Amino acid sequence: MVREIHHNSQEPNHKSKRVIQWAPIMTAGCLLAASPVFGNSEDPSQMPNMFKPQSSPAHSIFHLSLFVLAICAVIFVIVFSLLTYSVIKFRRRADDDGREPPPVYGSNQIELAWTVIPVLIVLVLFLATARVIHAIQQARKPPEAIEVIAIGHQFWWEFRYPALGVVTANELHVPSSDRSHPTPTFITLLSADTDHSFWVPRLAGKTDLIPNRVNQMWIDPNETGIFVGQCAQYCGTQHAKMLLRVYVDSPDQFQKWVQEQSKPAQVSESAKEGRRIFETTACINCHAVSGTVADGRFGPDLTHLMSRDTIASGAASNSSENLRLWIHDPDAIKPGSLMPAMNLNQRDLDAVTAYLETLR
Amino acid sequence: MLSLIAAELAIFTIFVVAYLFYIGKSLTGPTPKDVLEVPIFATICLLSSSLTIHAAVSALRNGRVRTFGMWWFVTMVLGLIFLGETGREWHHLIFEKGLTISTNLFGTTYYSLVGLHAFHVTVGLICIAIAMILALLGKVKQEHNERADVFSLYWHFVDVVWIVVFTVVYIIGR
Amino acid sequence: MASETIALTAAHDVPQPIGTVLHDWVVTVDHKKLGILYILYALVFLVIGGIEATIMRMQLIVPHNHFVSPQVFNRMFTMHGTTMIFFVTMPILFGFGNYLIPLMIGARDMAFPRLNAWSFWLTAFGGLLLYFSFIGGNGLYGAGNAPDVGWFAYAPLTATAFSPGHSTDFWTLGLLVSGFGSIGTAVNILATIVCLRCPGMTLSKMPLLAWLNLVMAAMVLLAISPLTAAQMMLSLDRFLGAHFFDTLAGGSAVLWMHFFWIFGHPEVYVLVIPAFAFASEIIPVFSRKPIFGYPVMVAATVCIGFVGFSVWAHHMFTVGMNSYANSFFTITTMVIGVPTGIKIFNWIATMWGGKIILKTPMLFCIAFLFQFLIAGLTGIMLSAAPFDWQLGNSYFVVAHFHYVIVGGILFTLFGAFYYWFPKMSGRMYNETLGKWHFWLFFIGFHLTFDFMHVPGLLGMPRRIYTYEPGRGWDVWNLICTIGVFFQIAGTLVFIGNLLWSYFNGKAAGNDPWDAWTLEWSTSSPPVEYNFAKIPVVKSRRPLWDIKHPEDPDWKYE
Repeated sequence: MVREIHHNSQEPNHKSKRVIQWAPIMTAGCLLAASPVFGNSEDPSQMPNMFKPQSSPAHSIFHLSLFVLAICAVIFVIVFSLLTYSVIKFRRRADDDGREPPPVYGSNQIELAWTVIPVLIVLVLFLATARVIHAIQQARKPPEAIEVIAIGHQFWWEFRYPALGVVTANELHVPSSDRSHPTPTFITLLSADTDHSFWVPRLAGKTDLIPNRVNQMWIDPNETGIFVGQCAQYCGTQHAKMLLRVYVDSPDQFQKWVQEQSKPAQVSESAKEGRRIFETTACINCHAVSGTVADGRFGPDLTHLMSRDTIASGAASNSSENLRLWIHDPDAIKPGSLMPAMNLNQRDLDAVTAYLETLR
Repeated sequence: MLSLIAAELAIFTIFVVAYLFYIGKSLTGPTPKDVLEVPIFATICLLSSSLTIHAAVSALRNGRVRTFGMWWFVTMVLGLIFLGETGREWHHLIFEKGLTISTNLFGTTYYSLVGLHAFHVTVGLICIAIAMILALLGKVKQEHNERADVFSLYWHFVDVVWIVVFTVVYIIGR
Repeated sequence: MASETIALTAAHDVPQPIGTVLHDWVVTVDHKKLGILYILYALVFLVIGGIEATIMRMQLIVPHNHFVSPQVFNRMFTMHGTTMIFFVTMPILFGFGNYLIPLMIGARDMAFPRLNAWSFWLTAFGGLLLYFSFIGGNGLYGAGNAPDVGWFAYAPLTATAFSPGHSTDFWTLGLLVSGFGSIGTAVNILATIVCLRCPGMTLSKMPLLAWLNLVMAAMVLLAISPLTAAQMMLSLDRFLGAHFFDTLAGGSAVLWMHFFWIFGHPEVYVLVIPAFAFASEIIPVFSRKPIFGYPVMVAATVCIGFVGFSVWAHHMFTVGMNSYANSFFTITTMVIGVPTGIKIFNWIATMWGGKIILKTPMLFCIAFLFQFLIAGLTGIMLSAAPFDWQLGNSYFVVAHFHYVIVGGILFTLFGAFYYWFPKMSGRMYNETLGKWHFWLFFIGFHLTFDFMHVPGLLGMPRRIYTYEPGRGWDVWNLICTIGVFFQIAGTLVFIGNLLWSYFNGKAAGNDPWDAWTLEWSTSSPPVEYNFAKIPVVKSRRPLWDIKHPEDPDWKYE
């Protein structure tokens, strides 16, 4: 029994399908090749683009990724072509005679070939990958390495440099590292509450911060600059605004920064009233200002608050208005953050803000 | 029934893995060595109940309904003794040794693993009790032997799990 | 609606009162009715899940948007993921399996009809329990709001300290309950396929749909249980003060991840294998050739079933496992790409030399092949652990898994809808509307999910309710959101087509596609007892043998 199954006239579906399939590949390629072109309102150096690595782990990953992308691209082109060809060549024509095509149940040789070849590809890919895994995870720590302890909080980053006596928050300063005289930064990752993840794509892959667990990562940026990233493991309401800024300084700049940061807080006569209010209100339950009675650990250390470009872990720039707004109503900047609205009257608010602005 | 057993085995495996993983990791509180007494008697009761249920099913297959009823009853009693012993052990641990599920990691993993097993024993005993009542009412006949056989698979599974739990908790964990 | 079904099969019957009809559906143990109940249930949740996704994409259309608050956004992505996996994809696949398996193996019903009904209602209740959380609200005795911990609910975010109220409990308990329903259905499918095949249908003569559902059912038994166990542990933590995942008492957050992903990874194979089954039934019929390499297709699927249990920690590459563990999971994940790729080659070889009929079911399956290829390749990229250290937990991963689930599974599901709609309803769907659905959805899918890979490559993490401008993500997010509207349009055309065709479609007859498996030998829709006489088969394509007695399959298989 031969069925006459009516079908519509052929539509040029294959051509448009092909265009749509190629578009993302071309776009990604263009992006890689000419990223500055896209950045008219965007500063390319602010784009956390893993294809512009500036540190050895990111470099190794970048090279591996090109290798993997190349293999995948070849596989894609071959299979895509076979598929497109078969759809076009073997579609039923309008003048079809209605006979069934010869049934083919299988072919041992072909099936063997398309099993063996993928296995070989997998082997090659795996060997290339395993090399990079070991290179990054088993890197030796040289004696000149800078040691940082990063503690993830809901929703900010605490950075401690135990050997240098520095405690800061949200903006990490590291020295650039010269190949001939490497000074990488080794970061120990801890968490005070939930899971977080440290991700600055141009410097390294991400590593998680997990409570009750100690993780490690390292970076050795070769050029100065500011590198952005953010928390990459959902940690609660304000996961989105747990931003990261890594400042790669020249060795001299870094030394200067360390010197400034390890000093206790500046004392300023003009801000006496604000300091009094700060130290007699709940502020000191959470915040620390070195050299004063404030030594809370729940919130960021404020000793050198004004040396930072941003507040609230990057959620707002460090300006007078933002600082005031943050103390008065944190939910206006970062709804759901754990900083409570301090319920100060206007006078006290002005005084405390003025005090904080003396903490350079 | 075999599929169900496969799924249940997977659940127990996860609890056993958690138990093994947390051995020695409690930060405080009583340790297994401090408080655990090996429940030999209860184990003997439970494991022999596998033999008695097998005897019951064989009897029913051969048409000896009264014998079936007797062995079935013995199985139920042995199961109840096991549960009773578990209850006694828990009473002792909670009220005399101060170990609860929230005391420490040992408490958490111990009560959950042994408790999950005890829960499965309880469900089995309820089924056995229902069958017992039906047998006493004279409603169980030789043609029901396949159903009893399928149920006995569940009971054997419960026993096998106990062997694993016993080994993990009272031998390895101590 | 059901009164029309009765009218179609027994023209003499008077249309029943609506109360009788509803009662009939509620107490049914017939696999066909339960299958349709599963499918309709899932379609409702598909729309709800789609609304949740639309809300998210509207929030992300521009940076620093204020469409919804962060709290609402976080609930949206949690509910969207949980709904789509547990209350859309699983039920709809169980629904098609329930409907088709007995018909395709020549049985009158599933092995345990009452277990079947119990499993459906349990699954349904689980979904309703989860959604009750939205109206739980603080006012209702502080019962809580919708969960916002992400669909994989990492510890210790789920601890009472970080998730006060009961929102997480709705997640845990809703899934726990529907998990038992899933295990029930899996037991049923396994028993049915092992025990109820008609005479002559050895395992090697079963349709591929039956084989693939067999592997899927076995996987469900072993994969859902770890999730059930982990959720029991989480509930003990939250209700009784246990310390399984309590990091302050020495508990391990990573242990939850291991338990969850030992479920979570095989789960995605549970979802995709029935999708492969649909493609394996539709592509041969619309290419007019038998499936190329049946034995290898079976072997590859069984292989995927086993290896699928060894790859789970590729979701945990960034957790800080040592280099040997990372390497192990890299190689297992790459290895599983081999049998999966082989299946794509077999499907292409089935089409090769055939006479491809480009009707709606086949259009969806062809698109599935293109899209699953890409999804598999992005999966290979993610399997290389260092590459995953950059791409993991970013929008690249989101794009990858939506490519698999939407571009792979949903597309074959649409194909299956169109293919079996005539059988289930007795009417042909409207082919023009079908093609409109396909093209609208295809364009929307690619607009959203092709371009979604780019922000991931440029450093955009997932689960963020807003993002910083100036990082190069803005235009891509805009394009992704625009694609959503095409998908909505396509889905509306689809639902409209189903409704319109149900009432106005041409009568379909038993076998509108000139197909070869046993379900096409019954009436459309089939009578309640499926077959007047249990069929006896000699080959994998019993209807081909009947239609071509001079050239039957069993001579060549």
